[in-house]
Amino acid sequence: MDVIIENLPQYWDGFLRTLFLSLVSGIIALIFGTVLAAARVSPVAALRGFSMTYVEIVRNTPLTIAFFFAAVVLPRLGVTFQQFEVAAIIALSAYTSAFIAEAVRSGVNSVPVGQAEAARSIGMKFSQVLTLIILPQALRTVIPPLINILIALVKNSSVAGAFYVLELFGQGKQLANANGDAVMWVLVGVAFFYLLITIPLGYLASVVERKVAIAR
Amino acid sequence: MTTQVSGDALVSLKAVNKHYGQLHVLKDINLNVRKGEVVVVIGPSGSGKSTLCRAINRLETIDDGDIKIDGVELPAEGKELAKLRADVGMVFQSFNLFAHKTILENITLGPIKVKGVPKGEADKDAMALLERVGVGQQAPKLPAQLSGGQQQRVAIARALAMKPKVMLFDEPTSALDPEMINEVLDVMVQLAKEGMTMIVVTHEMGFARKAADRVVFMADGQIVEDATPEEFFTNPKSSRAKDFLSKLLSH
Repeated sequence: MDVIIENLPQYWDGFLRTLFLSLVSGIIALIFGTVLAAARVSPVAALRGFSMTYVEIVRNTPLTIAFFFAAVVLPRLGVTFQQFEVAAIIALSAYTSAFIAEAVRSGVNSVPVGQAEAARSIGMKFSQVLTLIILPQALRTVIPPLINILIALVKNSSVAGAFYVLELFGQGKQLANANGDAVMWVLVGVAFFYLLITIPLGYLASVVERKVAIAR
Repeated sequence: MTTQVSGDALVSLKAVNKHYGQLHVLKDINLNVRKGEVVVVIGPSGSGKSTLCRAINRLETIDDGDIKIDGVELPAEGKELAKLRADVGMVFQSFNLFAHKTILENITLGPIKVKGVPKGEADKDAMALLERVGVGQQAPKLPAQLSGGQQQRVAIARALAMKPKVMLFDEPTSALDPEMINEVLDVMVQLAKEGMTMIVVTHEMGFARKAADRVVFMADGQIVEDATPEEFFTNPKSSRAKDFLSKLLSH
């Protein structure tokens, strides 16, 4: 136990970095994932093809490979970063957006096709049909899977610890090395701080879900 | 098949064909609808009458032939098509009111977002339309709180709010309880009297007799008869139409 209390500053530092990585990647992934889902249902075949290919490739390869691309391959292609955090955010948001795209797409499909037909028949453009009619109604079905994906994102951010980013897991690794006699407690501490983010997220899900349900 | 040709057809279909895979659902359809005309399309289920109705605002694409609205050929997907659809009102069998919007918002969304009408003006027009179809009291409610007949009348008002040149009705009363059918038909009859150009796919023969200028009878993807209601109901020419009418009357 003592090892946790003695090293609270490191834990706190790692916790903040994990929170930062998750928050920024989460927002980017939500936006990019929704754009990907929109492309997937758009009338333009090229956009549909791009979206489908992206999702299939990214969703079906390990996150570590995304990190490897962002942290090692991109710099060799001339895209360099001052901090490894940037690479981590690129990898995490690129990876997570593929899952968000699939969740949003399934939500879009859950809205009866007549809603889109009615919207089109009063002269709405594709973008209006999507943003005014379909997405607001898809929201309700999409919230639970979306929160699941975001929880996974928080945990996935631990991979950044292996790519020179001292987030929660990276800090934990260092602490474990320094306190070989208390590795178990070090890891308990790490787990505790992850729960500090993920459990409220799950709670948020149920609150939002209830709110959206009543609004209908 | 008699096709009534006229110089100023508001809706014109020429040699329209459509297949669903092997199934030939629209076979060489020719149809002209003049301004102010009310055309009722009837026929057994699977005869292609709904597909015909939906093809006119391109909710269904066609394989060949051409469809013109007010002299303009239906554009392919995109802005132009959206613009043209704003001029063609559509009423669906299943109402399709926007489930997350209030009744008032259902009416005003099109004028505000598509035509750029200021909100105050759109609200005023919408209330007038809702009063006209007899559901003014329901304006702040959500669609799910209304009966089927009320929802369908709102759907008619929603289409009218765009000030369309022509209204398409795709079996507007087929999903309604019997006691609600008349309230919807009354609105449609009124609309016909006011001179709206209408194409109505329906099984309501009473409406066809009362409000139609022409009855188009479809079977197996073809227009088999095209006549005045008087002619069609008293003296159908084809055996398909005779057969269809006799089945209707036997119960």
